[in-house]
Amino acid sequence: MPAADAPTDTLARTRPGPKRRTQGERDRRGTPVPWWFVLPALAFFTFVILVPSLQGAWFAFTDWDGLARDRAFVGLEQFREILDDPDARGTVANTLLIALAVTVVQNLIGLLLALGLHSAVKSRNLLRVLFFAPAVITPVVAAYLWRYLYAPRGAINTLLEAVGLEFLQQDWLGDSSLALWSVVVVIIWQFSGMSMVIFLAGLQTVPKELHEAAAVDGAGPFRRFWNVTRPMLAPAITINLMLSIIGGLKLFDQVWVMTGGGPGGATDTLSTVIYRQAFQFNQFAYSTALALVLTGFVIVLSAVQYGYLRREERKTA
Amino acid sequence: MNNRYTWRTGVLEAVMIAAAAVFVFPLYILVSIALEPAGTASSPVAFPTNPTLVNFGDAWEKADLGSAILYSLLITGGSIVLLVTLASLAAYPIARSTRLWSKGMFALFMLGLLLPFQLAMIPLYWTMRDLELLGNPLALIIFYTGLQMPMSVFLYTGFLRALDPGYEQAAQIDGCGPLRAFVSVVFPLMRPVTGTVIIINTIFVWNDFLTPLMYLSGTEQQTIPVALFGFVGQYVAQWPLVFAGLIIGTAPVLIAYFALQKHVIQGFASGLKG
Repeated sequence: MPAADAPTDTLARTRPGPKRRTQGERDRRGTPVPWWFVLPALAFFTFVILVPSLQGAWFAFTDWDGLARDRAFVGLEQFREILDDPDARGTVANTLLIALAVTVVQNLIGLLLALGLHSAVKSRNLLRVLFFAPAVITPVVAAYLWRYLYAPRGAINTLLEAVGLEFLQQDWLGDSSLALWSVVVVIIWQFSGMSMVIFLAGLQTVPKELHEAAAVDGAGPFRRFWNVTRPMLAPAITINLMLSIIGGLKLFDQVWVMTGGGPGGATDTLSTVIYRQAFQFNQFAYSTALALVLTGFVIVLSAVQYGYLRREERKTA
Repeated sequence: MNNRYTWRTGVLEAVMIAAAAVFVFPLYILVSIALEPAGTASSPVAFPTNPTLVNFGDAWEKADLGSAILYSLLITGGSIVLLVTLASLAAYPIARSTRLWSKGMFALFMLGLLLPFQLAMIPLYWTMRDLELLGNPLALIIFYTGLQMPMSVFLYTGFLRALDPGYEQAAQIDGCGPLRAFVSVVFPLMRPVTGTVIIINTIFVWNDFLTPLMYLSGTEQQTIPVALFGFVGQYVAQWPLVFAGLIIGTAPVLIAYFALQKHVIQGFASGLKG
């Protein structure tokens, strides 16, 4: 697990030492490697991400319609439009709700599954494979499958009828107060296994002796989890929360296929609106402004979360 | 934890199996509907009484899945080769040099890990259009190579920092130049992380939908997710046919996953926790 070792290794490397490097340190670093090894990777990265991102950040302050060659600087015009538009505000709310709900529930389920499988259960290897399987399925395929399950006369309503719970039958994707949560369930189904796998890897780093010692001292299972397991899981928690919050904020595929953002914008996310505004309505400047808003959310939320969790990690380290 | 199998473990096992049944239920529906003969209106949850494979042949032809699989293979394969080669090469000096530029370079790639690609999406689309690359699989190979570079460089750098440089030094003492030392000593030593990079990127590229939708829609050269999207739009009410198509489209990754499940799960777990 080399990636896990990286942080401490970086620390050791950057710690200010004596001016003259010792022989041992030079050995550790090895012989010099030409810097131009970086260039081909950097070229692709610059062409695909860096330059277009800067362009996008600039276009958000113009009136670009995708056709005219010249674009006029219009300042915060596009952002004012976003703020004035109740649909856009609804989209931002949807995106944040999805990210929050997915982050909380997916990680909770992932953690429970991991704790369940980190035991003497005989079928644990098979179950691990099954829980993770949805995560490798093409999101478009998962979305169509669930569109069928959610259909008014689909599998879920049929099943409810079969067990005598007709009163729970719903138009899962057609009801605008339910549709968003129906989408959230699909994301949780797909990616809880991913969280589980990362938690399982974290659980394997918890030394058994620590648990035994705590048990001898009379700590019950919940105390043992909170005081022994949880602190050791801190790195896994950090990475899981980061992955699910970023994934939730950027959500597109499943929404586009299942509802197209409907009914009446009830499931629109920033990503679906960005796509629709740009490629169906030619509102390119407005669309890049929305993309900049999304970028802001991703960076601020990841930074806050990362800062907080790293502090927690350090406290317990 | 506790390694003895007690009655509590038995209860836990039952609960876990029940949870797995809930997780697998949608996949059971996928298969059972695909096996249903067209036109039979049986219950959506019962297994078909006279299952048939006819839908698979029909879907294969009607959705032109053969060609879609070839394009998906070409684009995934091309991107993976470039990613593995270029990311490992770039990570080598980043991990070994302690100069300021290498830290800056690492930070720059990490910034790419954070930036949502939606910001770059529209300007890049216009650049690709101006270069007349839309509809060309090459555009997607370039796109995925750039998009997944930060993650790949991150994984390789983490691995290399923990790797003892003694082997390279021995090679250089034996008269190898840096490139030679990289090709014949360092790269082979990085096999575990190369596996992780291949697995994570293959699943991502094969399954990705939005960019191929923008770049390839309206052309004959479609990847699996885009082909399925068009196919379902056309045959929306014929679920058995549609589901057979969905199974064919996702089968390559699922088969690879079940065949290599240990490596895939370990790859994700060790690669993603950073």
